[in-house]
Amino acid sequence: MKMDDSIIVKNLTRKFGELVAVNNISFSVHQGELFGFLGPNGAGKTTTINILATLLRPSAGQAFVAGHEVTRSPHEVRRNIGVVFQEIALDSKLTGQENLEFHAMMYGLSKQKRRSRIYEVLSLVDLVEKKDMLVENYSGGMKRRLEIARGLVHSPRILFLDEPTLGLDAQTRRHIWEYIKRLNGEEKVTIILTTHYMEEADNLCHRVAIMDEGKFVALDTPKKLKDLLGGDVVTLELERFHPAVIQKYETLPWIKTIKDHNNSLLLTMEKAEKRIPGLIRVAETNGNRVTSVSLHKPSLEDVFLYFTGRHIRDEEANSIERQRSKFRHHIRGRR
Amino acid sequence: MSYIAIYVLWLREMKRFWRAKSRIVGALAMPLFFLAFLGLGFNRMGISGLSPGINYISFLVPGILGMSLLFSSTFGGLSVLWDKEFGFMKEIMVAPVSRVSIVLGRIAGGVTTALIQATMIMAVAMAMGFRPFSWLLFSLSPIIMILISACFLGLGLSFASQMKDLQGFSIVMNFVIFPLFFLSGALYPMDNFPHWLKIISFLDPLTYGVDGLRSVLIGASSFALSLDLIVIFISALGMVILGAYLFERSESL
Repeated sequence: MKMDDSIIVKNLTRKFGELVAVNNISFSVHQGELFGFLGPNGAGKTTTINILATLLRPSAGQAFVAGHEVTRSPHEVRRNIGVVFQEIALDSKLTGQENLEFHAMMYGLSKQKRRSRIYEVLSLVDLVEKKDMLVENYSGGMKRRLEIARGLVHSPRILFLDEPTLGLDAQTRRHIWEYIKRLNGEEKVTIILTTHYMEEADNLCHRVAIMDEGKFVALDTPKKLKDLLGGDVVTLELERFHPAVIQKYETLPWIKTIKDHNNSLLLTMEKAEKRIPGLIRVAETNGNRVTSVSLHKPSLEDVFLYFTGRHIRDEEANSIERQRSKFRHHIRGRR
Repeated sequence: MSYIAIYVLWLREMKRFWRAKSRIVGALAMPLFFLAFLGLGFNRMGISGLSPGINYISFLVPGILGMSLLFSSTFGGLSVLWDKEFGFMKEIMVAPVSRVSIVLGRIAGGVTTALIQATMIMAVAMAMGFRPFSWLLFSLSPIIMILISACFLGLGLSFASQMKDLQGFSIVMNFVIFPLFFLSGALYPMDNFPHWLKIISFLDPLTYGVDGLRSVLIGASSFALSLDLIVIFISALGMVILGAYLFERSESL
């Protein structure tokens, strides 16, 4: 752990009564890194973020954000971070513009700076035309976009994104991914995000921590995590199957496993896209005719399955959507 | 201390108040009904303990002002719970501003809305024929009203800091706000209380608030104005400090 790391967490634990939400985790996030938490609902991702954002106190352990300890100097931590919460945290009785305006004022932006930044972030999330509408009349996706805009208004050094693209349409999601990448690449903002979208973690994050039941089950780059599974799977469909090809393949050192299902061969290897021409050549010189080739790259979904024996997607997406809609009903019932 | 944060939270409260017309009507309805029906209903009955020359409606006006300040301020303090419920609290709590300025911003907003409501009630009372006995002393009434309001905003905040959600709201309402209201002598002279109850009512800050308002509005009171001012000032200070302390200490989620 270097001292210039943006986030250093040592043996962090948080209990809620009997429940251990976060169980003795340690990790660090480097400056400029895009770091992801991946895991099912209740894994402790949001609790971890809330501790790092100074909203919850740890039961044990320490956490440093931008060089400041979260319980001893919360004020200094807050100065350096932006947070986009999983649940909507907007004032629905204010307009979009007012929500951003108030936020920018709280963070001490000058009037001029406020005007330019707010316009900038509003155009980013495509809400310029809706800025004077009361937030209570926004759709779910618009609220989400406004929240992301708000997290960026004060140009934080470290940005926490808790399920940033949940419930957004594919186009807006891509839009936001691009911006997250740009923010991280050009403005060197350190970004910590939680997600249950595998392709989001894969596409965006430099490193991913896979969390389950309050613990990290794995932490590495998406590539290395996937490599743990033994590499890519190539399926060759053969006509005029000739078994000699299998013996030939067995002599190749970069093929890890070979499975023979009638006329199709399943082979695992790394960098399969580079190996395919060779595979075909070997097959054809040994009297086979290749009729089709398919390549399956393992996803983080496969990695999660490998470590926990469960699928993350259905579990997570459903339960969050359920919670959200329950929350919305709750609000309607009250106001 | 962040003055801009105080201003932002105050401004937010003003915008919300201005946009929630139905809330204003709702908040005014109860005190005005009390004033109209109790006032007209009891005005002709000889209520013992009233100072000579003071009719019941005049006696009631400062009490109803106190009531309106008590309710709207305690609710104002408790409104932190709504922000917790709707998530906006997190947004406030991650902002790099001192917790004290958050508390002061809320109190500034709450005091302003409570004062606006009290002014409206005063206007209605005047339309009903109420006249302060001295305009010079009348000018002191906003100070007393601000102190009453700050005191109960502090109380509401203290409770809100100890509660996770809106579940405890009705408990606070029934076991704190209503007793404080009835004990204060807002509706009747405290001299009619049995001795032991009178002693309890001496512990209620609102007693001094209402009594102070009577001093400056109708010129008839149980205690000296200076005592009322001192007690309500100390109560307001104490409650605001307690509210700020508990708010600071509590977890934001």
